[in-house]
Amino acid sequence: MKTTYTISIFTEDSIGLLNRITIIFTRRHINIESITASESEVKGIYRYTIVVTVTKILVENLVKQIDKQIEVLKAFYHVNSEIVSREIALYKVSSNALRENDLFIKIINDNHAKILSVSNDYVVIEKTGDEVGISQLFKDLEKFGVLEFARSGKVAITKPMKTLTTYLKEIESNSKITIKNYNSN
Amino acid sequence: MKKHNKYNSEVTGAEALILALLDENVTDIFGYPGGAIMPVYDALYDYMDKLNHYLVRHEQGATHAAQGYSRVSKKPGVVLATSGPGATNLITGIADAQIDSTPLVCITGQVASHLLGTDAFQETDVLGISMPITKWNIQVTKAEDIAPAIAKAFYIATSGRPGPVLVDITKDAQFGKTNYQYKKCESIRSYVPYPKVNIEDITMAANLINEAERPFILCGHGVLLSGAEKQLLELAEKANIPVASTLLGLSTFPPENPLYVGYLGMHGNYGPNLLTNECDVLIAIGMRFDDRVTGNVSKYAKQAKVVHFEIDPSEVNKIIQADIAVLGDAKESLELLLPKIKSKNRKEWLKRFEECNVIEDEKVIRQAINPDSEKLRMAEVIDKFHKISEGDAIVVTDVGQHQMITSRYYKFNQPNHFVTSGGLGTMGFGLPAAIGAKVALPNKEVVTVLGDGGFQMTIQELGTIMQSNIAVKIIVLNNNFLGMVRQWQQLFFDRRYSFTEMKNPDFIAVAAGYGIKGKKVTKRDDLYQAIKEMYEAKEAYLLEVVVENEENVFPMVTTGAGVSEIILE
Ligand SMILES: Cc1ncc(C[n+]2csc(CCOP(=O)(O)OP(=O)(O)O)c2C)c(N)n1
Repeated sequence: MKTTYTISIFTEDSIGLLNRITIIFTRRHINIESITASESEVKGIYRYTIVVTVTKILVENLVKQIDKQIEVLKAFYHVNSEIVSREIALYKVSSNALRENDLFIKIINDNHAKILSVSNDYVVIEKTGDEVGISQLFKDLEKFGVLEFARSGKVAITKPMKTLTTYLKEIESNSKITIKNYNSN
Repeated sequence: MKKHNKYNSEVTGAEALILALLDENVTDIFGYPGGAIMPVYDALYDYMDKLNHYLVRHEQGATHAAQGYSRVSKKPGVVLATSGPGATNLITGIADAQIDSTPLVCITGQVASHLLGTDAFQETDVLGISMPITKWNIQVTKAEDIAPAIAKAFYIATSGRPGPVLVDITKDAQFGKTNYQYKKCESIRSYVPYPKVNIEDITMAANLINEAERPFILCGHGVLLSGAEKQLLELAEKANIPVASTLLGLSTFPPENPLYVGYLGMHGNYGPNLLTNECDVLIAIGMRFDDRVTGNVSKYAKQAKVVHFEIDPSEVNKIIQADIAVLGDAKESLELLLPKIKSKNRKEWLKRFEECNVIEDEKVIRQAINPDSEKLRMAEVIDKFHKISEGDAIVVTDVGQHQMITSRYYKFNQPNHFVTSGGLGTMGFGLPAAIGAKVALPNKEVVTVLGDGGFQMTIQELGTIMQSNIAVKIIVLNNNFLGMVRQWQQLFFDRRYSFTEMKNPDFIAVAAGYGIKGKKVTKRDDLYQAIKEMYEAKEAYLLEVVVENEENVFPMVTTGAGVSEIILE
């Protein structure tokens, strides 16, 4: 059975690593539903958040293959109930919408959205929320004609989890375990 | 030759690279020059007394040579190539090394950094191209970054599950100046090469093995990579457990040991395939359940509990779900396991393998090595070669029927004496890989067994043999067909032999053109003596054996079939 999983990946700052990670998905013909990247709470360590809908066995395999990349510190996967997540969406509609002012404002308010910018030709609306809410607003605004629509992709914080610094310590001490199988040195 | 104090003196990036290789105790490199790597070749000119460079005839040959070198010596193989076409010619070998866990350090030249991304002459994005087939890769654009990149490259290539790495160095970095200092890389915080063995997993594995009535060990390449041959032997002998080997695991277990039951997979032995579906505990050590081993996964060892000893966590539960997974280096894990293993008599179970052996012997082996056909058969050649070399040769194969026949009929006395392209199945691998193996171990007899097709994919490496005087012995089993593909056409495509027949050159004349001695054999009466002559020759030698055109390799687990549906004829 397929479920939506949010994969969180903590990495070193390294050129090309994102490419290495996305290859793992494209090789298996898996569509990445959203992807975001930013610096994490620890300086110099980056966090990617990737959303996919796959089976549990597959997400386990993917996460292990991601974790195996040299510059990946740790990768996790979570189902929706284990994370708190948000997404931002921006909608551009024609300023004609303002002619039906009451309905327009009601839609904005009911959806907990806000007007970000108004010009002669168009209005830009911002909404922060989950996928369902963002799609609902899109539907509601369609009657005015949506000229442009952009979503940020999900950012997520996991609910119960050891802190990143605890993991870092663990990984760092494990990375020191050595066995010499090769004669080079 | 240049002499100077290498430390605390300013050198070019190119020279820093050479010094770093020397600091990694590299003695041999396989390569090919070109524009973007010229500063390195220029620096190499001063170090010819310390670094042997082998000039191959195609960069693919350099990668396979480096693979052969590494597989027999357990040292990383080092490859040098220029940008653009030089770099792209490495791709097949890198992919092969990645899937067969072989440590290579590939160094490519790159256009100057201000030209990157502009489609400059001989610029290709080798980092992007090699990303899915390297364990790690990096582009270096400054002279001072070369030594640290090389240190990391060697560490990553040779630690944990080994694999190929690529270091792409821009031309300005090669020309730039730096103060050379070398610090070996000993760990990388984001990389755990050896998962800590969990002792509870070991205990659970031991309990399962001790309780088993019909345990069965599958040994893979990981046992060789970790040097756990002795521990494996001890485990098998202590508990009387039969052992079978994957293609890349061949040469791990002593072939004359009664617990050794043979070779697994599509053209493997009858018993190990059939009885995979009768064992009660399957003990997989350093192997990854390749589809050529499992056949149809839904019909694979369903009755058995699976214990998987594996260094790479991403291999666990990838193909076959493990009941107990023991993560870690095979040798370390087996050492922890051994004291917990109880001795047990498993005569009845072992007898099952003997029975299968008798059947296979009657139906397949006897006819293959003592055929009544007029034309020679591949198996009799390999069987005689085995007897003449007493199982002591380093054997390198190409890909196809001859590879499967060699795997079946040569019995390896010593570990790391078999080199073949397993996961990628790369035709053209054999000849250059044999060159690398001979360079690594010049005192060993290295014999490569090739098909007439695969030989011609890298035949130009005869030039490398000539120029560097590398005494590789070559057996070409010539069936005038792309035999393995023809076999499939015969069995599964109604004998429609679409483009598998080969019109071949006079191989002996070709070899002679390179100054290599050779002989062509067509008759059974001449075979033994001809192999002996080849084996005892002091220099490189080519023996062409003309064999049956339409011979098929059996047993066979056909596509879609389960391992126990293996057919004998
Ligand atoms: C580079 C490459 N191309 C194609 C194949 C597909 N292939 C596998 S075996 C084989 C036939 C090999 O023929 P030959 O070298 O004559 O050996 P034989 O099977 O006759 O022993 C081919 C074409 C391959 N493995 N590698």
